[in-house]
Amino acid sequence: MSLYQILFYVFASVAVIAAARVVTVRHPVHAALYLVLTFFSTALIWVLMEAEFLGIVLLLVYVGAVMVLFLFVVMMLDVNIAPLREGFIRNLPVGVFVLLVMIIELALILGPASFGLELYPSPDPAPAGAGNTLAIGQVLYTRFVYPFEIAAFILLVAIVAAIALAHRRRPGVHYQNIDAQVRVRAEDRVRMAELDGDKTRRGDIEGQANKGKDES
Amino acid sequence: MITEWLSPVIGWMSPNWQYFVAHLLLVLVIILPVVLAVAYLTLVERKVIGYMHVRIGPNRVGPRGLFQPFADVFKLMFKEVITPTVANKFVFYLAPILILVAALVGWAVVPFDDGWVLADINAGLLYVLAIGAAGVYGVILAGWASNSKYALLGGMRSAAHKVSYELAMGFALVGVLMASQSLNLSDIVRGQEGSILHWYWLPLLPMFVVYFVSGVAETNRAPFDITEGESEIVAGFHVEYSGIAFALFMLAEYASMILISALAAVLFLGGWLSPFQGTVLEPVFAFVPGIFWFLAKISMLLFVFIWFRATFPRFRYDQIMRLGWKVFIPLTILWIVVEGAFVYFEVGPWFG
Repeated sequence: MSLYQILFYVFASVAVIAAARVVTVRHPVHAALYLVLTFFSTALIWVLMEAEFLGIVLLLVYVGAVMVLFLFVVMMLDVNIAPLREGFIRNLPVGVFVLLVMIIELALILGPASFGLELYPSPDPAPAGAGNTLAIGQVLYTRFVYPFEIAAFILLVAIVAAIALAHRRRPGVHYQNIDAQVRVRAEDRVRMAELDGDKTRRGDIEGQANKGKDES
Repeated sequence: MITEWLSPVIGWMSPNWQYFVAHLLLVLVIILPVVLAVAYLTLVERKVIGYMHVRIGPNRVGPRGLFQPFADVFKLMFKEVITPTVANKFVFYLAPILILVAALVGWAVVPFDDGWVLADINAGLLYVLAIGAAGVYGVILAGWASNSKYALLGGMRSAAHKVSYELAMGFALVGVLMASQSLNLSDIVRGQEGSILHWYWLPLLPMFVVYFVSGVAETNRAPFDITEGESEIVAGFHVEYSGIAFALFMLAEYASMILISALAAVLFLGGWLSPFQGTVLEPVFAFVPGIFWFLAKISMLLFVFIWFRATFPRFRYDQIMRLGWKVFIPLTILWIVVEGAFVYFEVGPWFG
């Protein structure tokens, strides 16, 4: 077994075990962490397959942004797990039925007759120094520019919709205008007043300060 | 190259193992100086801030306080590590390790001189971004696992502000990518060859500022240290950590400061290139190795980090969010468009 295969089996088994733990572990924060581990192992498998761009982008997007927000939400909401676990026995027959259908369907497509290392010869290894970032960029912005732009647009619509649903202006709530706060200068806030009794009073204050110093 | 050097010692091993052992040694060659630099950076910080405050700073341990970092390290090592009773133990001890790993693995792609790089990978810039994104987990998990309100607040603040500044940082890196047309950090430095005016700090000045300030925010340094915020939430995410676990957080913070400075030097200040290139002084300084210039640039940026800390009061949380989302991100997007025009019209020596 080559080093390559050993690495593949290590990453693949970590990914599968972690994915199983995501649904079996009790605590939602732990489940989210196992999901992070699954993404990480999958990214490493992609890097092994010389798809370093996809692997790193998976880390960047899912581990770096999506899962952080997931964790954020899971930690903020104190999810009560007990009600979610109710009715396990009652729903079990339906679940088993759906699972069986899925397994049969998968077996029809991915059965050993049509899926296996022998059927797919491994592609030629890329020459040293070749990167696939450039290659992906070249097809993404030429041949697939419309699907790419449409996908981006759909995401934008989703963002706008989410903000439109969540955003509301409540009357009677005071917001701070930070631009105005940052731009404020001392002259806007403080007015130095010239008073008649200035001199005598200053003398008084200094006298009191000195008195305080002596006592201490 | 190093495998040839070491062949008398490890020549009996199979090529795979030789490669492994040689690279393990190279990792040590990078990590040990980084850790030593972290130790002395803490001393430099205390001294510099001391002089800025018209104090002397630590001067008791060794001549002029030179052994102070070792005193600090030994003190922390021999202190008891206290686990809060209801803390989630596994995650509690995983968090400092995660944060330290994220601060150290980034060094793999940093070119110290022409060809002096551990992993000369093509997707270096993406790797740097991904590592930076993974670094936030340590802080969030430390905050959550401590089972303390202050720590949780610190972790939450950190999650929000790191994700925000990650975006601005990513856009700044897109600017570098457009200028250099490469994701490989060594090629990015080579693209800046010419003179000090050829370095990317000039055409990408807004990007440089955004990158560096976002870097200060990413490393939780003042004035963006709301995750610690002593006056508000005691010490934030690491309030429950003691002894060596706390030392790991400090080590990670300073190591990532050095890493951010090194990356800023590589991306915008010409990495190992001499600042006298293209002037009459170039032959005079030709004997200076490239790594010297690189380290000098890192030291300069680190001084700015410390200078910031001594100068600015802490940002308020909502002001930090405003700066990230409403100032930095629009600024970087705008500059990407401007840069597109530069590239199209082949402006200056940079895009020709």
